[in-house]
Amino acid sequence: MNKELFEYVLRVGDDSLILGQRLSEWCGHGPILEEDIALTNIALDLIGQATNLFEYASQIEGGKRSADQLAFLRFDREYRNLLLVEQPNGDFGDTIMRQFLFDAFRKPFFERLTFCTDMQLSGIAEKSLKETKYHLKHSSEWVIRLGDGTEESHNRIQNSLDSLWRYTDELFFENDVDASLLNEYHLPILSDVKQEWIKNVENVLNEATLTIPNNNWQFKGGREGLHSEHLGKILAEMQYMQRAYPNMEW
Amino acid sequence: MVNSENIWKFLEEVADPEIPVLSIIDLGVVLDVVVNEEKCLITITPTYSGCPAMKHIENQIVELLSIKGISNVEVKQVLSPAWTTDWISESGRRKLLEYGIAPPVDEIDKSILFGDDPKVNCPKCGSASTRMISLFGSTACKAQYQCKDCLEPFDYFKCLK
Ligand SMILES: [Zn+2]
Repeated sequence: MNKELFEYVLRVGDDSLILGQRLSEWCGHGPILEEDIALTNIALDLIGQATNLFEYASQIEGGKRSADQLAFLRFDREYRNLLLVEQPNGDFGDTIMRQFLFDAFRKPFFERLTFCTDMQLSGIAEKSLKETKYHLKHSSEWVIRLGDGTEESHNRIQNSLDSLWRYTDELFFENDVDASLLNEYHLPILSDVKQEWIKNVENVLNEATLTIPNNNWQFKGGREGLHSEHLGKILAEMQYMQRAYPNMEW
Repeated sequence: MVNSENIWKFLEEVADPEIPVLSIIDLGVVLDVVVNEEKCLITITPTYSGCPAMKHIENQIVELLSIKGISNVEVKQVLSPAWTTDWISESGRRKLLEYGIAPPVDEIDKSILFGDDPKVNCPKCGSASTRMISLFGSTACKAQYQCKDCLEPFDYFKCLK
């Protein structure tokens, strides 16, 4: 089994799964009906991506665990998602800002992943990219609308940006896994992704009259299984059924 | 013995569960049909990653073909090449419009970010004066629009490419 490739696929899958789970918490709680529908539609796309990625991860592992088992029966230290995506939904502005920072990363990331030499991964990337463009359009427009809106909405989404910014360095985290796969598979070079990310983020934030905070303190650890307290709570809810009633189906 | 041409024809009877006026052939999700002595292999692709209808479509295909006397049917799902709204057939576009859903209009890729909303005509009265209410509609593949003339709210089948 290719351990590094397995790990890489899990990273991408876990980002989609955990953010999809987070967004699904909005179901029935959106500020307006249209947004309730939008956030849960985006959640559905993300869960769909996660399914594709976990099915592939399961294959790489030789079928030891199914896609469902990978999603529902790992412990928190085994999840490889970014700290950003596990942060609580907060208010609508927090959710939108989290989404925007992530979508702006995902678009250039998937664009490059379509060129990787692993046919399964490039296929998933090609599929996911089309959806991500819509997600990014949606979150960008809301960042502008809230940032360049009323004094109240401006201040609140500026606060969202201030508190989420510390999780953005981690988007570009690389370790031995990347180093060992990069050449063989032509995976995205994250420093290139970062250049495009920052350009796009600055454009939208300018338009939204928002200011990137000066804090240099940055968190990381998610890619190596070191998570914030929030992930445990997400997993408790997400895994409850499978833990309480092992192998249950509906 | 049935050949792949027969199968393609049969599959026109399988309706998309979310937009039942469209067949899966109209929608363009059937990529390939191979018939040999052992089995009939049908390759389908989802519209969106999280499309919840795929399993249902797969079951419907197997059921329909068994009614037609064809057993040993295998349905395979692939993600690549990724589905695009360009694969919706001409008759599919017409059926959508008659059903009250505006078919996808050509959006250039760049316009997806910060461009104007696509110009969509009202499927009820044909007016070009419409506005987008939300980028996400009743299903992932649709956006919500409203006609400014007859005031009818309607679904627009988003362009995906
Ligand atoms: Zn009208």
